[in-house]
Amino acid sequence: MTAPLPPVIVGAGPAGIRAAERLVAAGLRPVVIDEAARWGGQIYRQPPDGGFTRPKKALYGFEVGKADAVHRAMAAIRDRVDYRPRTLAWNCEAGAIDLLCEGVSATLPFSHLILATGATDRVLPFPGWTLPGVFTLGGSQVALKFQGCAVGRRVAFLGTGPLLYLVAYQYLKAGVELAGVFDTTPFVVQARATAGMLRDPATLAKGLLFVAMLRAHGVPVRNGIRPVRAAGTERVEALVWHDAGGREHRTPCDAVAFGLGLRSETQLADLAGCRFRFDAADRAWLPERDAAGRSSVAGVYLAGDGSGIAGADAAELAGERVALALLEDLGEVVDAARMRELDRRLSGIAAFRRTLDAAFPFPDDWADSIADDTMICRCEGVTAGVLRDVARNGQARELNRAKALTRTGMGRCQGRMCGATTAELLSRALGTGPDGVGRLRAQPPIKPLPIATVIPSPRGEEGSAGREVA
Amino acid sequence: MRERIDCDVAIVGGGIVGGSAALFLRQAGLSVTLLERDWCGAKASGVNFGGVRRQGRPLEQLPLSQRAHAIWGRLPELLGTDVEYIRSGHLKLARSDADLDSLVAYRERTGGFGLGLEIIAGEEFRQRWPALGDRAVGGSLCPEDGHANPRLVSPAFARAAAALGADVREQTPVDRVEKDGDRFVLLAGDALEVRARFLLNTAGAWSLRVAEAFGETVPLESLHPNMAVTEPLPRFLDVNIGVEGGGVYGRQVPRGNMVVGGGRGFALDADRARPQRHAVMTLMQDAAELFPQLRHAHVIRCWTGVEGYTPDRNPVIGPSRTTPGLFHAFGFSGAGFQIGPGVGQTLAELVTTGTTAMPLEPFRIDRFPPIA
Repeated sequence: MTAPLPPVIVGAGPAGIRAAERLVAAGLRPVVIDEAARWGGQIYRQPPDGGFTRPKKALYGFEVGKADAVHRAMAAIRDRVDYRPRTLAWNCEAGAIDLLCEGVSATLPFSHLILATGATDRVLPFPGWTLPGVFTLGGSQVALKFQGCAVGRRVAFLGTGPLLYLVAYQYLKAGVELAGVFDTTPFVVQARATAGMLRDPATLAKGLLFVAMLRAHGVPVRNGIRPVRAAGTERVEALVWHDAGGREHRTPCDAVAFGLGLRSETQLADLAGCRFRFDAADRAWLPERDAAGRSSVAGVYLAGDGSGIAGADAAELAGERVALALLEDLGEVVDAARMRELDRRLSGIAAFRRTLDAAFPFPDDWADSIADDTMICRCEGVTAGVLRDVARNGQARELNRAKALTRTGMGRCQGRMCGATTAELLSRALGTGPDGVGRLRAQPPIKPLPIATVIPSPRGEEGSAGREVA
Repeated sequence: MRERIDCDVAIVGGGIVGGSAALFLRQAGLSVTLLERDWCGAKASGVNFGGVRRQGRPLEQLPLSQRAHAIWGRLPELLGTDVEYIRSGHLKLARSDADLDSLVAYRERTGGFGLGLEIIAGEEFRQRWPALGDRAVGGSLCPEDGHANPRLVSPAFARAAAALGADVREQTPVDRVEKDGDRFVLLAGDALEVRARFLLNTAGAWSLRVAEAFGETVPLESLHPNMAVTEPLPRFLDVNIGVEGGGVYGRQVPRGNMVVGGGRGFALDADRARPQRHAVMTLMQDAAELFPQLRHAHVIRCWTGVEGYTPDRNPVIGPSRTTPGLFHAFGFSGAGFQIGPGVGQTLAELVTTGTTAMPLEPFRIDRFPPIA
């Protein structure tokens, strides 16, 4: 079978790998773009080559089987894939994406593009969150998996979501002292949600085991808390928090790992021209996709957490599903039974996702509690008060305007980190729902682009500056 | 129910020209309704490079540009905020002796306008701007030119007008405009009807729709200047930089970010544009050649906007030739930011007094040959 151009997959996590595997099985040779040095994505991130001796079981815990299967899947097709590690896709225009690898930029034309761009932590600030020693949950996990180190000697875990307990458990297993797990969800809410979690007994059992293990090791697990501040002068010395009754506590620690679930990386989909819709469960604008993963732009497909948070298992299924859709669009005869099976399992996960949301609800009062002098955009040094001012005096009724007037989201991260905060604060200040303030428009480059290293060859020559490199 | 507004002046377009006209008209006591399809100052006025520059303009623009210069000097008083306006000086670089000659000739031609241009070359040039190294043989400095933050300036004019009582309607695209007797009638969907004695067409790249409703047209095209900004860097540059013959331009803001421009973006549709990959990379290379300090920096964002350009690169400013009470001001061809408030004040003057001392003949709407 021939496609006009090799399909391009951005992302080599569970979604990207399963998509590649399916395309290879159909006789295609996809290009797989991976920002990391080794495939696996964030959830199944592999340690760097050489000298890293922790066994997979220690790195991935209960997920070792899945991690290993995903790693092996990619290894098995390695020779039949144009795999490009350490490569950033920094821009997308109609029919071509721009890549940066080893300091050289190249434009890669595509007819079919699968975006499996994954997610990062969703964070909301609290006083002291910019102190050295405060990390995101995902960042803390990367430190453990990729760098073989912990973010501190005595770590406090804060926030909500499955990652809160997973990372805490992984730190416990790694022998790190835990100052406590501080969950923003009230205990009764979690207990009530437990019944629904029986849909997926394995996940429920895992979650209960995490908590049991933490308690068995004497780790305090607190529910219904709100952070007061990360205290310290040079770096974090303690987490100060309110319990459900409003009493203040101080827990000494030298690091805080926090997060409130995940947020999808959607900039490439935006630059590719995909239409977006507001997703209430994710409290975010997401690229529209049909059940198979087709976006609103012909030839552009979406899979995995980059198009909506559903987790690693769903990402694997969605990756395969979207590859089948792509093959179908190419006129290939595809396995209809397999498609139905994938659809069935994906909708089962979606149902379970609703249960998880009930167990780990987003603390939508958190934004109100952010003091005016708390930094919300650390690149540009913008405080909550500055943002609230432009909202309350009528100058900004949507996110891009707020960005223009206050600089929030204008720095190196381009809103990838502070965007969620800005949306929450702005919508609360304006009294709209989280969907009422629009979304930040993506602008290239989606991550900082080095000036010096970007030009592949002197201008004026064939194949120079940004010409297609197949 | 359609809301009806009766006023002296209706303005279509809340950019820097429309916003400043509204402000000056309110100062003169006229009732003003400003209709803006997006947010005020969100289009070209708010996303341009931010150069506040008289130097390099064609001579026919300099009276208006000087008028604007005086307004820029009063911004805090007019707008209640400094909008990051800095009279840093604008240095136009000459990369060859021929370019330097051309800068000298410009100084001679503009001698009567009081720009205060200084030609600086050789050793003195290198001593004053060591950061520019050997990239230029010299330059022409306009000490009182500078730069400002367009994202703050342009909305601020509309806001100041609103504070003085102008009725500013954002997110209000005008669908129909016509004249009924001595009144202009503007319809914004089923929601709003505005009736006014005077109409100002300051809708930037979208101005042709208004002009054509009254039987006038010009060869206006939309272009999209490419701009980029780096992460914050140690300060190495205190002047706004242009280059004789065009190409790259740049300014460093006090925060340390370097804003550079050059090349063109492309249109996504009639209303939106995007930086263009080849232009971005060419711009980055040109900028790093001109400013070696950028070599190890990162670009964190690129952008562009939609601007109206005329064939002679001069704007259309002045009374309609078909319709009394209608005044145009558009087609600033990538150079409307500095001159904008001067144009707004001139429009206000035309409305209130029926005349102006500003020479507007070069900007007549009917100066172009008819379009076939």
